[in-house]
Amino acid sequence: MTTEPTGEGTGQTAERDDGGAEHPPLRETPLRRRHEALGARMVPFAGWLMPVQYGGILQEHRAVRAAAGLFDLGHMGQVDVSGPDALPFLQAVTTNDVAALAPGGAQYSLLPNERGGVVDDIIVYRRPEGEGYMVVVNASNADKDVAWLRARRRDQSALDVAVEDASDRYGMVAIQGPKAEAIVNRLTETRLSDLGPFRWSDATVAGVPLKIARTGYTGEDGFEFYPASERVGELWDALLASGAEDGLVPVGLGARDTLRLEARMPLYGNELGDDIGPLEAGLGWAVRLDKGAFVGRDAVAAQREAGPPRRTVGFRLLERGGSARAGYDVRVDGRPVGRVTSGAFSPTLGENIGLALVEREVAGVGRPLEVVVRGRPLRAVQVKTPFYRRSAP
Amino acid sequence: MAAPEDLRFTRTHEWVRIDGDVATIGISDQAQGELGDITYLELPDVGERVAQSQPFGIVESVKAASDIYGPVDGEVVERNEAAVESPDLVNSSPYERAWLVRIRLDDPAQIERLMPADEYDTFAETATPH
Repeated sequence: MTTEPTGEGTGQTAERDDGGAEHPPLRETPLRRRHEALGARMVPFAGWLMPVQYGGILQEHRAVRAAAGLFDLGHMGQVDVSGPDALPFLQAVTTNDVAALAPGGAQYSLLPNERGGVVDDIIVYRRPEGEGYMVVVNASNADKDVAWLRARRRDQSALDVAVEDASDRYGMVAIQGPKAEAIVNRLTETRLSDLGPFRWSDATVAGVPLKIARTGYTGEDGFEFYPASERVGELWDALLASGAEDGLVPVGLGARDTLRLEARMPLYGNELGDDIGPLEAGLGWAVRLDKGAFVGRDAVAAQREAGPPRRTVGFRLLERGGSARAGYDVRVDGRPVGRVTSGAFSPTLGENIGLALVEREVAGVGRPLEVVVRGRPLRAVQVKTPFYRRSAP
Repeated sequence: MAAPEDLRFTRTHEWVRIDGDVATIGISDQAQGELGDITYLELPDVGERVAQSQPFGIVESVKAASDIYGPVDGEVVERNEAAVESPDLVNSSPYERAWLVRIRLDDPAQIERLMPADEYDTFAETATPH
């Protein structure tokens, strides 16, 4: 039995022997021993040793949809942007309108490159006290992003702004699922009902001072916590203990990927990349051309004018033959039209779903595609996304 | 779970049970555990050939697709439709209900070159399926 990787960037792949090349040692989060005690299978992901699953991807996925799941996100990066010109600096290096953020607000955004591609997708948090921002970036891109932001900082030497990689100072844990609020409520005095989606605030949870954000990557309600990294262990333990009666389970990267795919949230390296534009990725809603100049604005504006040459579409397979995986060819009437960017068996829907980047002429809900799985074209139909949307509380 | 003593194993984590000149083939408990939740099985039809060390089927889990290798040479005489219909049987019963195919052996002596259960257990402790 040999394992074929499912695609880049998903963290789902078995480690492959690359012939003895030197690798830097894997980084570990403060929760590594806890994961091992919980029976996690640990895998290398973006230079980190991370849990890919504990009890099993399907069980973890279903727990998040039905109850709640706890995630170690200590591998993700945090960048503090501060100083009087933090706002104009961020406006110049992101696609979304940072000026629209009130104190304590958060927004999904992109770091564009000059060619209209994407360096990373990010969340920008404006500090609750009003001054300064925290930018949360993907683990796989953290070092690249910090270097990129510092270079843009040098481009704009007139601005009074500081860019600091704060990843080592912050711990990061998320709780996601319909029971998340009830579980956290038992551990804090903060009125969580007052914390709306894409808001964050200072709080104390289980005695640990932290920032709590109503954000996530699963399509469920939930929270992301930013305590000091040395206190993340006690926070994890308290959440897991408090949530046990509600069905809270630890969740690894495997289910994190299937959860985000059902919710049609992009993964950098799959739906996004240096050569995939925001409009092609279906993220035009996170691009505000009217906010003023930013890196790559002309390239993105030209694509909006002409229409993006490719579109990212959702599909489901109509016949058996395995799952669609990132990189698989997509055809229409036998003609190559693009490739799968992410694909998986959807635990919620019980069928094989995926996203594909295809020529715009073939894109359209209800229209056919063929996905080539191990040399065999399987019939697929384009469907509306997200594949899964949670019901109103 | 320790490997059942009546089985022989490959280094690629398939098992074989011999009954006369018919071999029943499956994948080991360690292999299913490493793969995780299994969602799809692709197996040869009756009459097709299985060749030693060559892929004859595919097992897919939520996270990856893997080839299944022939432990010995032979011709498929039966395949487990219940496992094809419910691939999660491979997770729950890798040595009993989720056998994959039965083949008529070309050369029963090939079995002798496969690992006995105790040797496989030692091997699997130090090697994860790839």
